[in-house]
Amino acid sequence: MEKNITLSVKDLKKEIGKREIIKGLTFDLREGEVFGFLGPNGAGKTTTIRMLVGLIKPTSGSVRICGFNLEDHFQDAMKNLGCIVENPELYPYLSGYNNLLHFARMLEGIGEKRIKEVTELVGLTERIHDKVKTYSLGMRQRLGIAQALLGEPKVLILDEPTNGLDPAGIREMRQFIRYLAEKEGLSVLVSSHLLSEIQLLCDRVAIISRGTIIRVDTVEHLLANRERVVWRISPFEKGKQLLSSLTPIEVKEDGTILTEFNEQKTPEWNRQLVEAGVSVTEINRKMPVLEELFLELTGGDTIE
Amino acid sequence: MNKLIQNEMMKLIAKKRLIVIALIIGVLVTLFTYAQYKQVQTQREKLGTSDWRTILQQQIIDTTNRLSSSRMQDEWKKQLQISLKQQQYYLDHDINPAEPGAPTFMRIFLENSIDLFLPLMVMVIASDLVSSEHSLGSIKLLLTRPIKRWKVLLSKYITLCLAVSLVVAITGILSYLISGIVFGFKGWGAPILTGFNVTETGLNTSEVKLLSLWKFLLMDFGLVWFVSIVVGTLSFMLSVLIRSTAAGMGVMLAALISGAILTNMVSSWETAKYLFMVNLRLTDYMKGTAPPIEGMNLSFSIMILFVWWAAALFVSFFVFTKKDVY
Repeated sequence: MEKNITLSVKDLKKEIGKREIIKGLTFDLREGEVFGFLGPNGAGKTTTIRMLVGLIKPTSGSVRICGFNLEDHFQDAMKNLGCIVENPELYPYLSGYNNLLHFARMLEGIGEKRIKEVTELVGLTERIHDKVKTYSLGMRQRLGIAQALLGEPKVLILDEPTNGLDPAGIREMRQFIRYLAEKEGLSVLVSSHLLSEIQLLCDRVAIISRGTIIRVDTVEHLLANRERVVWRISPFEKGKQLLSSLTPIEVKEDGTILTEFNEQKTPEWNRQLVEAGVSVTEINRKMPVLEELFLELTGGDTIE
Repeated sequence: MNKLIQNEMMKLIAKKRLIVIALIIGVLVTLFTYAQYKQVQTQREKLGTSDWRTILQQQIIDTTNRLSSSRMQDEWKKQLQISLKQQQYYLDHDINPAEPGAPTFMRIFLENSIDLFLPLMVMVIASDLVSSEHSLGSIKLLLTRPIKRWKVLLSKYITLCLAVSLVVAITGILSYLISGIVFGFKGWGAPILTGFNVTETGLNTSEVKLLSLWKFLLMDFGLVWFVSIVVGTLSFMLSVLIRSTAAGMGVMLAALISGAILTNMVSSWETAKYLFMVNLRLTDYMKGTAPPIEGMNLSFSIMILFVWWAAALFVSFFVFTKKDVY
């Protein structure tokens, strides 16, 4: 069943001076999905996100939020959008509550009841009347999300939401985003330069490099056949010969061997190694790093 | 719109700017009150009497003595001659030019703070209204609401106008209360001369008339408020154009100080009269002091300031609604 499209981007372009920064992006976000926006720093993620939220005017192309064109119907479009661009920069000299009040006043029909709701949702009830400058980074991030959710948006745009958070904070944030998409039916667009993060969080991913989308796909498709296994074995020569007879191998400088990962075959290879008297000290499943994925997808194109 | 202005006011109050400004004004007024008190005292000691007629006569003799000095610049001389004529006029008509009392102190304080002190205070509020949102990054949250950009800026501008009015009011109230303790609160009805016209031939007293001090003060306050709004709007524009609050303040400060310096030396550079900063001393026209450049008068200065105001407002709104936010 095809779900409703909540955010639709068509042929979005941005020129600064004569340089084309964004060279025509097209993608859609559906209801209830977490969409990853993956690319190295400088690929154009932030510029694109700023165009989606109306901070930067595109040179050409269109952004539609819940059917409203951002340029012609700015107010209607923005009513359906909540966002955090980079860090949630709230007013440090105001209390958390006054910050929320400030942004609630900028929305129609949002009152104290909704402020209380979102405060509870992000778990800030105890500290909401303290000044924001006394908050930890994680709390600021949560307040930022509370602020983005105030207007009950259909689309949530988060630019690098886990930036600067500690591992526990990252996990918490991840669970929260999944909750919003699955239980509340929001479309969430998340940008990141970390493949591992996108992999754990997103349903679909757009990979962007140098202002163009290289590929849009589900995470499973994207990573299929790209996982590697790191082997550390001894005696090295014997093991190497045996492994290379089973599958293509790659010898690394640190004395490890790389092979592809295959759900069925990898345990089988291990068994054969052991039976041949080769001791296996390490088998490690390894995700491709973004750089490698890029190399593959772009065919040797390096990251700027 | 009301809610947006509430927001801006909430931020302004939370930043404690107005309290700091009120404190600065309070301290300065106290200082000036003391200085004025000392001046009155020494004058009394010197002349051995508190009769203002003798003081005025002494002043006239002083001025005449200074005028006879040959090393004096022409323009300075002209100014002295004019004030000599004024002093003579006060004496002949039996009017005390500095009727002691809080209202007179207020008038003197306003006249002296119109071109530098009050603009500085206004600048402190105006110059970070927009640029602080940039340096904080909160501009990104502010502009991603379902509200058009011009409305966001307008709410900030209205807040600025309210704050400027408040600063002018605080100046009036504090200078009246603090100086009143020393000089007494009376003197609202004291007559004061206005309508002096400085023309090329000298002081034209044909339109001189007497005004009650409170009427005069009301006009002074109007002019002071107008100048503060214009300076506030210019700082506001810089705040939109320049992201760094410090840089914006620096530019405005340089302009204001250069204005104070220029008024003393531009009499031969005529086109300088179109600069806003040499037109700030509007209250001087009421007193009848010679303008820094010939051909300037009250309506001319108001016109110039109005043009600068309108241009600054247009630039602010044009840039703010168009520019990309990074």
